[in-house]
Amino acid sequence: MAKELAVVTAFGKDRTGLVAGVTRALAESEVNIEDLGQTIMQDMFAMMILVDISRCKCDFETLQKRLAEEGNKLGLQVLIQHKDIFEYMHRV
Amino acid sequence: MRYSPEEILQTIKMVSNENFDIRTVTLGVNLSDCSSPKEDELCENISHKLHSAAKNLVPEAQRLEKKYGVPIINKRISITPISTVMASAVAKSDVEEGTKVALNVAKTLDKTAGELGIDLIGGYSAMVHSGLSHSDEVLLESLPKVFSQTSRVCGSLNVGNSSVGINLDAINAAAVKVKEIAEATKSQKGFGAAKFVVMCNAPEGIPFMAGAFHGYGGAETTINVGISGPGVVKNAVAALDAGADATEVSETIKKITFKITRAGELVGKELASKLGTTLGAVDLSLAPTDKTTDSVAEILEAIGVECAGAHGTTATLYLLTNAVKTGGAMATSRVGGYSGAFIPVSEDSAMNAAVKDGSLSIDKLEAMTSVCSVGLDMIAIPGTTPWQTIAGVMADEMAIGVMNNKCTGVRLIPVPGGKEGDDVDFGGLFGKATIIRMSKRSSEKFVTRGGRIPAPLHSIRN
Repeated sequence: MAKELAVVTAFGKDRTGLVAGVTRALAESEVNIEDLGQTIMQDMFAMMILVDISRCKCDFETLQKRLAEEGNKLGLQVLIQHKDIFEYMHRV
Repeated sequence: MRYSPEEILQTIKMVSNENFDIRTVTLGVNLSDCSSPKEDELCENISHKLHSAAKNLVPEAQRLEKKYGVPIINKRISITPISTVMASAVAKSDVEEGTKVALNVAKTLDKTAGELGIDLIGGYSAMVHSGLSHSDEVLLESLPKVFSQTSRVCGSLNVGNSSVGINLDAINAAAVKVKEIAEATKSQKGFGAAKFVVMCNAPEGIPFMAGAFHGYGGAETTINVGISGPGVVKNAVAALDAGADATEVSETIKKITFKITRAGELVGKELASKLGTTLGAVDLSLAPTDKTTDSVAEILEAIGVECAGAHGTTATLYLLTNAVKTGGAMATSRVGGYSGAFIPVSEDSAMNAAVKDGSLSIDKLEAMTSVCSVGLDMIAIPGTTPWQTIAGVMADEMAIGVMNNKCTGVRLIPVPGGKEGDDVDFGGLFGKATIIRMSKRSSEKFVTRGGRIPAPLHSIRN
């Protein structure tokens, strides 16, 4: 099955369990992690995850809601956007 | 990682902090085949065609907003200039009788747009640069009733172009109607006039209101996209060193516009494909809103004039428009519509602040329109302004467009009871305006000559 890539971005105040919380929610939805990067910007935790949603158990909007809910629990803002927006905007 | 954290965060910051959005996706619908000599059949055909073409427009656009995380503010429809579509239905009536048919057509458009979840539908329009047909006269006569009795319908008149010149008779008729529309919508401070624009060289494929219409050369349907992001451009310019020269400013605007335009093209292409149509035009115009940080005037100020209206404003606007076009043209091969920068006074809080404190006059705004799109836009004027003066403003603006081979437009709101310096709030995206100072000198002798100002000679250019 062809991959369908999206970018998950999470920001918030750094604390333990952030990576675990977000990645667990992804795993439970059968979303595979392709690449992962994180950084601390102005004391804020910022994580970017490239994911494959082609085998995701739910539709895109449900996954979006699920991640936002998980983010609320962890005090994070969690977004997921289709990778084409980054591909289009940042690559000639 | 395939994308750097900076790239990802820049995109997110553009949306969350800088009001980046796709300002509008507008579905152009060809209504030519809806014509009928029977009024009821005409209205039914229009309603049916719009429903079948646009039923998925709003839900599909909403899905794309979520998929890409970029808001699409307006979902709209443009149609074939209605004067042509209703011509056979009014052919046997006199103008007064025909007006009833026209109003019924407008109400059908209004109702159908509402049913489809569309806030504005454009194309209650006529092309009258060479003269008025019977149906055009009916349309013109119906304007005050249409804009006071409908809420979603927008219209335009094309009164000149570079190959035939300027139709002064049409301008005079339009100027009279602008006053009547404002008077008919007195309880909304003349807001009806905000839904009507007089243009020259009107391009097909405009996605923005009030000038949007589906061109005669268009397919059955097409998607036109209006991008936005004055806040993004302003922040990019503001982040430059104070020592950056004009070329560097231009380079910065080009690069950021490329990104904004690409997002517009991505959304437009995908939406067109979902609706079974094609992407027509991506309009590069930077469209402000009355939110602070979403202003074209603030970009000019970031480039370096103290306030919009200061000497140097026209040059900074030229720098901006030219850089936007250059960056945008690299990003999409579908450049179309107005593609410049809008300077609507009421919709741009910093622009209006400059009018309010006397820094920006209608004369300077007119000069600015020679280097941007789309003319004198959303300007509140005293309600007592004579129609001959409004016609004079329109004629000036059309002269700039026709002579320079570009589109220009005039959307003035003569506020009933309003005096110079009064503040008027039109609400929502239409913003607030301070009534501008108009020349007290008369244009009457000139405009009432009527007739047509011949087409410009373009071989001896000075």
